[in-house]
Amino acid sequence: MMRVLSVLLFLVLAPLVGALLDGIDRIISARMQGRQGPPLLQPFYDLAKLFSKQMVAVNSVQMLLNLSYLFFLAVAGAMLFAGADILMCLFILSTADMFLVMAASSDSSPFATLGAGREMIQMMAYEPLTLLMAVGFYLATGSFHVGDIIQMPHSAVLAMPGFLVGFFFITAIKLRKSPFDLSTSHHAHQEMVKGITTEMSGPTLGIMTVAEYYEMILMLGIVALFFLDAHWWSWIIAIVACLVIFFLEILWDNVSARVKWEQMLGSCWGVTLLTGGLNALILMLIR
Amino acid sequence: MAKLAKSPWLLHYDASSCNGCDIEVLDCTTPRFDIERFGIINTGDPFQADILLITGGVNAQCESVVKQIYSQMPDPKVVVAVGICACTGGVFKDCYNIKGGVDTVIPVDVYVPGCAARPQSIIDGVVKALEILQQKRDAFARSQKSDKS
Repeated sequence: MMRVLSVLLFLVLAPLVGALLDGIDRIISARMQGRQGPPLLQPFYDLAKLFSKQMVAVNSVQMLLNLSYLFFLAVAGAMLFAGADILMCLFILSTADMFLVMAASSDSSPFATLGAGREMIQMMAYEPLTLLMAVGFYLATGSFHVGDIIQMPHSAVLAMPGFLVGFFFITAIKLRKSPFDLSTSHHAHQEMVKGITTEMSGPTLGIMTVAEYYEMILMLGIVALFFLDAHWWSWIIAIVACLVIFFLEILWDNVSARVKWEQMLGSCWGVTLLTGGLNALILMLIR
Repeated sequence: MAKLAKSPWLLHYDASSCNGCDIEVLDCTTPRFDIERFGIINTGDPFQADILLITGGVNAQCESVVKQIYSQMPDPKVVVAVGICACTGGVFKDCYNIKGGVDTVIPVDVYVPGCAARPQSIIDGVVKALEILQQKRDAFARSQKSDKS
């Protein structure tokens, strides 16, 4: 019963909370740059606008692929919030991203195709850590199941702080934050127009945006998973930790410039090996 | 004041401007003028834009480009001509290669004169365009409804 309620709450609330966090993100970013920034509810106005615009599409398959992206992200998030297998959740997350890549490369625009290529490089960069992280959760708690992980006497983060650092690194890629906003960016991104979203307009872009909000909540949910244990007050710590990580991502976004893909791949794999790899090795030795 | 359209995304195109107006357009995004206050995002993508902002007069080479960008923008949309060259052709009006203002090629909704147009007047023009955009959106929503029924 609790699980059904938790999944329903996720499916309904995730886009709303995601849009609200996006509004806060845009105001904080503006203040960091000495600007006033848009109203808090601007992402909601943007979504309402996108869904009311004329539908311009090169082909009809793009909409279907975008809907699949939304669907699989919602399923991945629902699995996490249902307390199911974290490994399966992460696999479905990668599947969802493949649909976005296909949606972008379904048209002939060179900018969208370039964006799709970069998106796949991004997947290559963050995938090793996500898989290692699932193993890390198993080594730390003895289970792949989210429901068991949050019932441990101690938070998982005590045994796997290295993974949290690595996960912070790849969350920047997932949230499309600078320095890793290679495939598309929230800021003006003129060198290849809008990258992976170049050919998406109106309702198609709206669906993609809602999917990104699901993804944002899913990523923050995994951050919370590091901190949750059997005590009730761990929920407060988890929420505070999510907000702190979110703020640090905004800060990083504003103080760094975009890197080239070689640097992204190198630094991501380096950080994965150093933090995740070492952490996993230590966990294996002390068990 | 009339109801202003929310979330207008802007596309800036330099037809054959001397770059004076372009620099003033970029000024509007700086902390001093900050057009993101109105929810305006400077996108580079016609597929996602609501406002087409054009600087400079139209010449034989860029005529087809202006037409193509305009046709790629989904409805409802508005066009703002920034600077006297975009309005009428300005000092280049009688040049052999200049067709004249932007309105010789596509319909223009708001004219912002000046050489170069000041950031204040550009923002004023864009806010005027927001009123027109809102009217167009209401009309578009009504036509969508009547199509369905």
